Amino acid sequence: MTTSSAMTMSGDFAGEKPVDRTNNRQPVAAAAVEPVKEKNMEKTTSAAPELAGIPFSERLNSMLREILPPLVGMLVLLGIWHVATHKGGAIPSPKIVWDAAVVLFSDPFYSNGPNDQGIGWNILSSLQRVAIGFGFAAAVGIPLGFMIGRFEFLAKMLNPIISLLRPVSPLAWLPIGLLVFKRADPAATYTIFICSIWPMIMNTAQGVQRVPQDYLNVARVLALSEWKIVTKILFPAVLPYMLTGIRLSIGTAWLVIVAAEMLTGGVGIGFWVWDEWNNLKVEHIIIAIFVIGIVGLILEQALILLARKLTKESSAS
Amino acid sequence: MEKFVSIERVGQTFDTKMGKFVALRDIDLSIAQGEFVALIGHSGCGKSTLLNLIAGLTRPTTGVLLCDGREIAGPGPERAVVFQNHSLLPWLTCFENIYLAVERVFSDKEGKPKLRARTQAAIELVGLAHAAHKYPHEISGGMKQRVGIARALSMEPKVLLMDEPFGALDALTRAKLQDELMKICVKTKATVVMVTHDVDEAVLLSDKIVMMTNGPAATIGEILHVDLPRPRERLTMAHDPAYINYRAAVIEFLYQKQAHVEKEAA
Repeated sequence: MTTSSAMTMSGDFAGEKPVDRTNNRQPVAAAAVEPVKEKNMEKTTSAAPELAGIPFSERLNSMLREILPPLVGMLVLLGIWHVATHKGGAIPSPKIVWDAAVVLFSDPFYSNGPNDQGIGWNILSSLQRVAIGFGFAAAVGIPLGFMIGRFEFLAKMLNPIISLLRPVSPLAWLPIGLLVFKRADPAATYTIFICSIWPMIMNTAQGVQRVPQDYLNVARVLALSEWKIVTKILFPAVLPYMLTGIRLSIGTAWLVIVAAEMLTGGVGIGFWVWDEWNNLKVEHIIIAIFVIGIVGLILEQALILLARKLTKESSAS
Repeated sequence: MEKFVSIERVGQTFDTKMGKFVALRDIDLSIAQGEFVALIGHSGCGKSTLLNLIAGLTRPTTGVLLCDGREIAGPGPERAVVFQNHSLLPWLTCFENIYLAVERVFSDKEGKPKLRARTQAAIELVGLAHAAHKYPHEISGGMKQRVGIARALSMEPKVLLMDEPFGALDALTRAKLQDELMKICVKTKATVVMVTHDVDEAVLLSDKIVMMTNGPAATIGEILHVDLPRPRERLTMAHDPAYINYRAAVIEFLYQKQAHVEKEAA
């Protein structure tokens, strides 16, 4: 459900623009009604077998209630944007942005050397940096979180350090990364590592500390080995907390990568934004904002879905 | 074998914010092999504390506890515990919950097929073969408690410790499980220590009822030996004069001799 809603969000969005273009002179509210009806027709026919018992008008009504508010929100946003920009000015209108997007996404994977690559490559290299930095953070942060949660001495030892470093903007670590790695690319990845690791450590440690005493008493009575305690009791009990940590980390990582790439350059969506600013292609910057938002949304929803699936399997009590 | 479990001059003091709290004092008790002992008393009298001491989950402040001639230094599978709220791991099936215990105790000497057979036997003992591959949230409270008992028994413990095992169940389910427990005890000749606040449960199941005075600083008030022949039938017991006398004795202790202390405390 959640990913499909994310998909329709982006789908709706792509669908609205031509409507907006044809109804250029009509008021926004009138434009809102038409696509709603179209959408409903599509949806009800596809969902017909499950809802066979419910009268058509009721189905239409419930669909309307689900789809109408987000659609109105999107159209209001587009309307305000259109009204604010239709007389010209520094910010391009929705139509200009749409046309630029069509051109841009018709060839997302071209490559004319390192400084001129398609939007697809830029998104993918940003995602790759996030994946690597995040992967290392998970590999270090989750075991560390387990140990902090399990051993009080370690918790007391590391808590002041974590409290001190956690509020620091990850970008403050970028110069250190550049100094250590001598290259921009690993430095950006390293920044992602730093910003992802804190939620992972904190949530895992908290999960371990909140494992019900009953389960630990079972472990004590059975005299389970530390390995069995970790795999059979701690890990499944902590999994929901861990997944929350992962979700927060990914969110932060995606926020930070744009800023980090603006500073480091190379290929990546953040660098691309900065490059287009230097070229004064403002419509591309607006496209980038939407792209970053949609990718972030998909990452978040995918992780929520994963969390729901995993926790249902492991601890549906 | 008269003193299979032996509790000698045991006291338990907890450090609280209000200062020292004496939970138990001067506990002397010996339990023979195969004996069924019930610990009964008002809530807060330290009966669960005493059970935790035998389990080794807590260490006594004074005195010493022995099991089969050895000092109890910590928890272990030889003194299996059936917890009040079943404490099954929700991410494992009933079978896997029991297998975890079986594997821990017997995997040194036995191969996987034997371990699986042991698990299966334990689950059949409590009549839950049909629910072996269900998760705890898919079965009723009574069934969960039976899995908890199966898990404890599967380890072939020297002593089975039960902390109000049927307290959270409805009366009918409780009666059924009590009957099952009696049969299992006959079959396995288990030594059992059970905490309860149910007078009928104590008299019906026990060879010895340990009645505890009210806390703080609770100790053993009286010990009642229940010499009723086994197997005991719930229906015939209800009219048995001896049973009625034992029952009266426990009620008298709880509601006459120990009632005033509770008033003082309140």
